Amino acid sequence: MRFEGRAWVFGDHIDTDVIIPARYLVSTDPAELSRHCMEPLDPEFPAKVRPGDILVAGENFGSGSSREHAPMAIKGLGVGCVVAASFARIFFRNALNIGLAVVECPEAVAGTETGDLLRVDPLAGEVANLSRGEVWWARPYPEFLVHLIQEGGLVPYVRGRLGVR
Amino acid sequence: MAMTVAEKIIARHAGLERVEPGQIVSARVDLAMGNDVTTPVAVERFREMGAGRVFDPEKVAIVLSHFVPAKDIPSSQLARVCREFAREQRIRWFFEVGKGGIEHVLLPEMGLVAPGDLVIGADSHSCTYGALGAFATGVGSTDLAAVLALGEIWLRVPETLRVVWRGRPGPWVMGKDMALALIAKIGDDGARYMCVEHVGEGVEALSMDSRLTLSNMAIEAGAKAGIIPADSRTLEYVAERQRASGLEREVEPVVSDPDATFAGVVELDLSELGPQVAAPFLPSNSGPVQQLAGTPVDQVFIGSCTNGKLEDLRVAAAVLKGRKVHPSIRCIVIPATQRVFQRALEEGLIAIFLEAGCQVEGPTCGPCLGGYAGVLGPGERCLSTSNRNYRGRMGHPEAEVYLANPAVAAATAVAGQIVHPDDVLS
Repeated sequence: MRFEGRAWVFGDHIDTDVIIPARYLVSTDPAELSRHCMEPLDPEFPAKVRPGDILVAGENFGSGSSREHAPMAIKGLGVGCVVAASFARIFFRNALNIGLAVVECPEAVAGTETGDLLRVDPLAGEVANLSRGEVWWARPYPEFLVHLIQEGGLVPYVRGRLGVR
Repeated sequence: MAMTVAEKIIARHAGLERVEPGQIVSARVDLAMGNDVTTPVAVERFREMGAGRVFDPEKVAIVLSHFVPAKDIPSSQLARVCREFAREQRIRWFFEVGKGGIEHVLLPEMGLVAPGDLVIGADSHSCTYGALGAFATGVGSTDLAAVLALGEIWLRVPETLRVVWRGRPGPWVMGKDMALALIAKIGDDGARYMCVEHVGEGVEALSMDSRLTLSNMAIEAGAKAGIIPADSRTLEYVAERQRASGLEREVEPVVSDPDATFAGVVELDLSELGPQVAAPFLPSNSGPVQQLAGTPVDQVFIGSCTNGKLEDLRVAAAVLKGRKVHPSIRCIVIPATQRVFQRALEEGLIAIFLEAGCQVEGPTCGPCLGGYAGVLGPGERCLSTSNRNYRGRMGHPEAEVYLANPAVAAATAVAGQIVHPDDVLS
């Protein structure tokens, strides 16, 4: 599992009301939700992002509401991976559960600007800034989460537990 | 091995003698809850998981609260998905419009949560139930789907941050002020991944409604749970409500061992605390009401899972009685549940609000999350008793939300600007 794309850098405490405002929660469709991703900060953001791009943010990314529509909206943009200095815990769970890679690496966040080309290997914990020729290492996931990520999220995990093929 | 309340409850539900922070366990769930925003996504995931029936229809609650009564055509569909799923799965605790309200006030009121329980709710403010001495945490929809399918959840055992409240709350000081003061002290992520455990004489002196408010805002400090260990007040509250719902059962309060390990201990002195107001755009941006006195507002909102309880309405009515909402602003009052609404009506509180010129709505989350019934336009400013003042939370990104308790909110409604309740009453 490896992601390579342009970085979009955001600040600290990006909450889920900013990632996807509540008025759009009447939809459960990732494509529809993605059209309003980050709208309060930058209404043009969804139009500027290309599939494969990588979101980079400061402390406490995804704080606030438990709405899974937030990681769904990000994934709906074709973004496969978020690198942040830290994540709010419900967002962290939601992202892993739906197969959106989340990597906690404050050093990488400090050393990255919007437009830099990043290469991220979540399971290896490697974040490389190809534009600047730097490499940082994230804290490894606990064993259970490695298993969950390898399975592709909680849906395949539960299917396995239930013996559903 | 000494353990905290959170560790003890998680260990018991994981079938383990002991657990320690950082450990990931699979824990049995006593009650799983979803609302009209999170349940429809959970139902999609539940189907994808290939699950046929929920683990136990007696242990599932589905509450229509956010966009009901349906605010538009798409939200009518969300409620419909909930309704049909509840019927199909014979969910015992499905709450239709007119029979429930906001889940975090409703479930305690119904006696559905007891000390020592492990509760999973697909709403971030599910940490509210910690006020009853339960371990309760918010999750997303896929997690809820997994709980519905398996009756279990994977949990990372959290570190516990102990908060010791010295002294007793003074005039106009409520659970809300304690929550805001704590967040101002430790920060919006000061308890990230942790369980906050509130102890001390200041908490013991607190009413159950104020305790629920204090636990409710644990999430605004990033916490996984906000527990107030059960005492005689908790047991009485729970027993009374269980009896009314026909749900009496053995309840075993859980307290931390004296030599349990805490990630940190924070002490706060209530004798020095007055009413607080949080300025935009973070709850941690709070301080004494005097610092923001004179700030004009366009709207006051009294309600939400944080402050739409009976105590909150009583306090607001005490300030508004015989007074009028300032002519240049509007004040919206929303009782959190049908039962709170009914009691407020019986006690004459609703009449006071109507007489004062407030708009009173039926139970809903409504404007708290910019849903409906009081959405803010560009540049508008609202003083709200809800829990979040994030950018765009109540509507337009250029609108501003100030957070406060119901006494400050009611006083602000009268003055048309942020004010200490004493300044309106004198």
